Amino acid sequence: MADERGTHDHDHDHNHDHDHDLTFQPNIEDGEPGRYELMTYAIRELVMEKGHLTPEELRAAQEKVESLQKSDGAKIIAKAWTDPEFKQRLLEDGNAALAEVGVDAGAAKMTVVENTDDVQNVVVCTLCSCYPRAVLGMPPDWYRSKSYRSRVVIEPRKVLSEFGTDVPDDMTVRVHDSLADLRYLVIPRRPEGTEGWSEEQLAAIVTRDTMVGVANPSVS
Amino acid sequence: MSGNFAPGDAVKVISTHPPGHRRTPYYIRGKTGEIERVCGEFANPEELAYGFDGLPKKTLYRVRFKQKHVWADYAGLETDTVDVDIYEHWLLPA
Repeated sequence: MADERGTHDHDHDHNHDHDHDLTFQPNIEDGEPGRYELMTYAIRELVMEKGHLTPEELRAAQEKVESLQKSDGAKIIAKAWTDPEFKQRLLEDGNAALAEVGVDAGAAKMTVVENTDDVQNVVVCTLCSCYPRAVLGMPPDWYRSKSYRSRVVIEPRKVLSEFGTDVPDDMTVRVHDSLADLRYLVIPRRPEGTEGWSEEQLAAIVTRDTMVGVANPSVS
Repeated sequence: MSGNFAPGDAVKVISTHPPGHRRTPYYIRGKTGEIERVCGEFANPEELAYGFDGLPKKTLYRVRFKQKHVWADYAGLETDTVDVDIYEHWLLPA
């Protein structure tokens, strides 16, 4: 999908193989622009030239996406943990429940799945990098990596263990491949030892990765 | 247009490999699963990708597949699943 490709979102990896050879902080523009970057620049210029989008509109759209880095996810999960009726609404109609707390999930269908004592859910987009950006901001690099996208669907237990998440042998693993118009949010299991906690306290232990399902919240 | 399938129905993903912007991954083509839920109707992303209007809308389903069925040497439980969102035109009754 066009909007899933940032200018640096190629399939190869910029950072992992050669950083240790560098003695200086590289600039993002240091590499030669690739074919897709050049195409992106060209299309951007054309779209502006023809008046379909103004520079201000583009800037505002970028600002909106990038400012989503501070995610609403944790507070939504904390509310779901403390308000069973809200949780039920989230599971039944994610978009409507998110709207209640002021989150516009857009046209995508927010599909909320719940980790239980018997089930661990984990989310992937094997085709590109579909991700619930309206709730969680930009996807992490690992989520967009070819390795994660190809492996988590084939050997989820092994991939989860590499994230430090060992799924018990008697717990079902459900992988959710988010491909077109669905976006997923995982409600993690509320850990023991958090009884009586406020929503703020609870939100502090809900991290991004727990809402993608590769980790579980813990009380340290 | 309302969907042809209801939750619990057994469905088979058609095994075809047309060129183009397809939203059904290769690994699930030809596999049999069960409708987990009906997600609603959406403009067809396979048409939208080329600037068409994607109409008429197509019904989108969440289809649940057993991992042991999808991958011959899957290491995990019988109950492990992969849930994939698939448009109606990729599905046949099974």
